[in-house]
Amino acid sequence: MRLWGLVRKESLQILRDPSSIAIAFLMPVVLLLIFGYGVSLNAKHIPLALVADAPDTQTAALFASFDHSVYFSPKIAPNLPTAEHWLLNRQVDAIVHVPSDFSAQLQNTANQAPVQLIVNGVNANQARLTQAYIQAAWQDWLSARAEAAGQSADQPVTLANRIWFNPELRSRNYLVPGLIAVIMTLIGALLTALVMAREWERGTLEALMVTPVHLNELLLGKLIPYFVLGMGGMALSVAMAVWLFAVPFLGSFWILILTSAIFLLTSLGMGLFISIIARNQFVASLIAIITTFLPAFMLSGFIFDIGSMPGWLQNLTYIVSARYFIVILHTLFLAGDVSSVIWPNTLAMLAIAAFFLGTSRRKIRKSLE
Amino acid sequence: MWQRIFALAIKEFQALLRDPKARFVIIGPPLIQLLIFSFAATFDLNHVPIAIYNQDGGQAAQSLVSRFSGSQHFEIVDNLTRESDIKRVIDHRDALMVLTIGPRFEQDLLSGKPATAQLIIDGRNSNTAAIALSYASGIVSDFNTDWQQTHHLRAPPSVIITRAWFNPNLESRWFIVPGVVAILMLVVVMVVTALSVAREREQGTFDQLLVTPLHPTEILIGKAIPGFVIGMIEGSVTIALAAQAFGVPFEGQLATLYVGMGVFLLSAIGVGLMISALATTLQQAVLGVFLFLVPAIILSGFATPIANMPGFVQDLTLINPMRYFMVIVRGIFLEGSSFNSLINQFWPLAVIGLTTLAFAGWLFRHRMN
Repeated sequence: MRLWGLVRKESLQILRDPSSIAIAFLMPVVLLLIFGYGVSLNAKHIPLALVADAPDTQTAALFASFDHSVYFSPKIAPNLPTAEHWLLNRQVDAIVHVPSDFSAQLQNTANQAPVQLIVNGVNANQARLTQAYIQAAWQDWLSARAEAAGQSADQPVTLANRIWFNPELRSRNYLVPGLIAVIMTLIGALLTALVMAREWERGTLEALMVTPVHLNELLLGKLIPYFVLGMGGMALSVAMAVWLFAVPFLGSFWILILTSAIFLLTSLGMGLFISIIARNQFVASLIAIITTFLPAFMLSGFIFDIGSMPGWLQNLTYIVSARYFIVILHTLFLAGDVSSVIWPNTLAMLAIAAFFLGTSRRKIRKSLE
Repeated sequence: MWQRIFALAIKEFQALLRDPKARFVIIGPPLIQLLIFSFAATFDLNHVPIAIYNQDGGQAAQSLVSRFSGSQHFEIVDNLTRESDIKRVIDHRDALMVLTIGPRFEQDLLSGKPATAQLIIDGRNSNTAAIALSYASGIVSDFNTDWQQTHHLRAPPSVIITRAWFNPNLESRWFIVPGVVAILMLVVVMVVTALSVAREREQGTFDQLLVTPLHPTEILIGKAIPGFVIGMIEGSVTIALAAQAFGVPFEGQLATLYVGMGVFLLSAIGVGLMISALATTLQQAVLGVFLFLVPAIILSGFATPIANMPGFVQDLTLINPMRYFMVIVRGIFLEGSSFNSLINQFWPLAVIGLTTLAFAGWLFRHRMN
């Protein structure tokens, strides 16, 4: 009964400052919209400069294959220095340069006619993609040429690939579920850290402690309203993922609820822990941004592959709870209930939640003595 | 007037750095983060787990497999003997991909028919899948070239010779580290400026400041100075670390970079003070910081190119100061860009800075009374 009273008091406090509600509901919407529409790793219309030192029908046939590709928006440069000038000014990302003896070399069966490709390597990942697309367009030209001459352009080995779970490689299908984990980290940890730190700062927590309320009731009374708020934000995010962004959801709903609840507990525990260390809102908000949002974004496998990080950093990612939840979400959304993926990761999250909640509970008692 | 502003700035520094915890969270984490994120944030994959299902015991198949085991990008984790195992290793995330070589592989290859190798990829993370696929295609294409040479088959009549400017080995770290420098500067400056006024308002000390002879504009400048100084110092340290510890080449002029940092900090401080003036509690200010920071980072071209975004989002990035600063930092680091070639990045930053500062000043005068 006392607990219920505390929950009610806390809920009223949440309703009074609309920014709590905004953190729980506005932030997921804004973030999902930005990521869902704004972030794409699928390049299209790469600006490309085409230069032929001695333009003729052969070079025109090669250049036509770039016109036909959806990946490029090519333009012809009159000479190499002009094209290089465009590359320096970031007007184009790459130059395809055909030297003057190209056609002659092409007729000569003993030689391979060279095509020079210059890419802007500043964005290494993008440069590698551009290179692969150009290679593909060039391959099309070779095949068409061989076919016209009645030859086979087949390579000795062809690689047939089948991509499971996301055949079209829509980046949205993995970004949106991953983002849900980032958002939940934010809601849980940032909100709790701020609220609890405010109580420490104002001394209202000590005031509550001298009432007959037990410390456990006090903490539960704080956490329950934020837990409900967090689950609400979660439900909103999942609804947007499924209905707005059309990400398939193949897993079971109950497992999603259960694992989300455990993940939310790790975030709430972390927020509580931060507030106890910081004791003031300014420091708490800084620590929350630095230790929750950025690791959930960068060290969770959300965008950057954990397996490719150096060993010491991979070890560090084991304490980032978002790492486990993102794996669970990707599997639940795109592959279904794969128990060998879901349960070990759930256990890891339980351990982290127990650590943060348990340590916070002990530290509060100690700090009052 | 300047004496009063100077006194206020000194007071701001003292308020900011008095608390040892606050001192630590402003100085320590950015450096730790530069270290961690610079190693974490890479799109280059290493040791991608791959399983092999080789139904052809012949030499050709073996030599293709050994190209995968010899590559630093792949690590063979399993040799499958049954087709039904493929689903298991992919579902359980034991391997990211399975290479299947059919029983007629060598026979087809020797008889001149196109031989097929099949690659099954886990598409749950579509970006990793696409990069791993491009590595695999590269390995098969190298295999083909060698096969054609050793078996005296006709090589393709043309060849592409690639050169990458500014980043010859296409290292993504060179691209990411300068971006991380920009992000850390933004985060610190936003936190320092946006939370400074909100904190005073919540504690009621801002009213005391208003009854002093200080003009609102002077208060604005006094509040802006600590963010500027801290941003400059932090920027200098992280830039030195990026160039010295991470070996990112620094090709441009240091003076040009400092001009860029100066105008960028002005625009970041303008936004920070705007948020500060609009918020009435610290929690609202933190929410405001988040609602600005996350889109500013995501839509800056830090990890995914702006050119891949839909048209209206690309237009939206024009008001994002980070977008311009990313180009400046990377241009000066990797391309050795001159002041003149970056002029189109400098003036929008200056416009954003002046607009936001003027608006913040207006808010200070009108919302405070």
